[in-house]
Amino acid sequence: MAAPVSVQVEFGGGAELLFDGVKKHQVTLPGQEEPWDIRNLLIWIKKNLLKERPELFIQGDSVRPGILVLINDADWELQGELDYQLQDQDSILFISTLHGG
Amino acid sequence: MPVPRCSGPCGGVRPAALRRPRTGGAVCRSCFCNAFEAEVLSTLQTGRLLPPGAVVAVGASGGKDSTVLAHVLRALDARHGLALDLHLVAVDEGIGGYRDAALAAVRRQAGRWRLPLTVVAYADLFGGWTMDEVARRAAQEPGRARACCTFCGVLRRRALEEGAQRVGATHIVTGHNADDMAETVLMNFLRGDSGRLARGGTLGSPGEGGALPRCRPLQFASQKEIVLYAHFQELDYFSEECVYAPEAFRGHVRDLLKALEAARPSVVLDLVHSAERLALAPAARPPPPGACTRCGALSSRSLCQACALLDGLNRGRPRLAIGKGRKGLGEEGEKQSCTSKDSSGGPSRAGAIQAF
Repeated sequence: MAAPVSVQVEFGGGAELLFDGVKKHQVTLPGQEEPWDIRNLLIWIKKNLLKERPELFIQGDSVRPGILVLINDADWELQGELDYQLQDQDSILFISTLHGG
Repeated sequence: MPVPRCSGPCGGVRPAALRRPRTGGAVCRSCFCNAFEAEVLSTLQTGRLLPPGAVVAVGASGGKDSTVLAHVLRALDARHGLALDLHLVAVDEGIGGYRDAALAAVRRQAGRWRLPLTVVAYADLFGGWTMDEVARRAAQEPGRARACCTFCGVLRRRALEEGAQRVGATHIVTGHNADDMAETVLMNFLRGDSGRLARGGTLGSPGEGGALPRCRPLQFASQKEIVLYAHFQELDYFSEECVYAPEAFRGHVRDLLKALEAARPSVVLDLVHSAERLALAPAARPPPPGACTRCGALSSRSLCQACALLDGLNRGRPRLAIGKGRKGLGEEGEKQSCTSKDSSGGPSRAGAIQAF
């Protein structure tokens, strides 16, 4: 049984518009059998934070292509992407590249 | 999974912050920002895009691309003595609730960077037409998509030219990035627009027929890198989508390209490269440009796109100038400028306008 983890989830680049315009969310993920990873976090976000048009944020089991993910301010592509296991006090930032220009 | 060390010039002193789409290299924030700026400088120098003393109108929308462009040009100018005279030129299309907030971002940037700002409005330039009014009128034609971005792209190009001329600019730069270029290439393919494909691929236009030379210093920078550069430099930009954008064909092309990029990260730059290297048969090349009989702007027809669109709007038939035919427009010299390919009404006409 993995202990609860407390993480900061942040949205930017226009992605925050799908979350009532709120950029920073301090969240505590409950303890569960499996360790928390980004794949589980996305399901949790969809259920608990996402306010509208989920298809603009999540596609399949991942983020919509064109949304960048930074784990502790570094590209998730360097850290295992969906398989990254969350640590207490991690900061996860989702930035849309799809808005404006 | 531990973050790898930087493979850039710092020699792995710092942990990597991103994987670069083109090279796959893992680099730290500092090495990345230096490389990004050096690549823009290289684009400028290789193409000899902005000579010393150039008065440069930066097309500023408040969005990520033009924000990064202005920031990088300003930094490069100071560091390398490029002797550029930078001006921000913003276009107010008259889109309620959207453009006002974007213009506020441009004003903040102008103040922070101490750059002169000029705003030109569609309503002033185009006989009272705002984009909201154009959209309302275009919606009155039943059963047709409104094609707002088509109108807006043509009019914005004209408005930026006008604003640049007003500030005495010698050059115009825009924030178009590699993703924009790749989307345009793909759109032109999908529309069968060989004329535009033949013209595409260059770094900009040299400035003919009285128009100012234009260039796109971020043409080889990917969307991902532009957004991460803005993030690492903590740049303040406006990131809401235009209310009319969801209707645009470009959105489908963007989704397709993003899906392809997930499978092959270099696909955007590869596509831009393909367009550059494409050799088209002589028949596919556009006719030599002349001047618009109404406003004198460079045009391959007797009326330029902007005048043709406004002509259609003023006659209450907004779609006259887009789609397959321009019949009924006030184009006295139409026959003369038509090639046999054009008069066949083939697909090359269908995409006569680009969405930006």
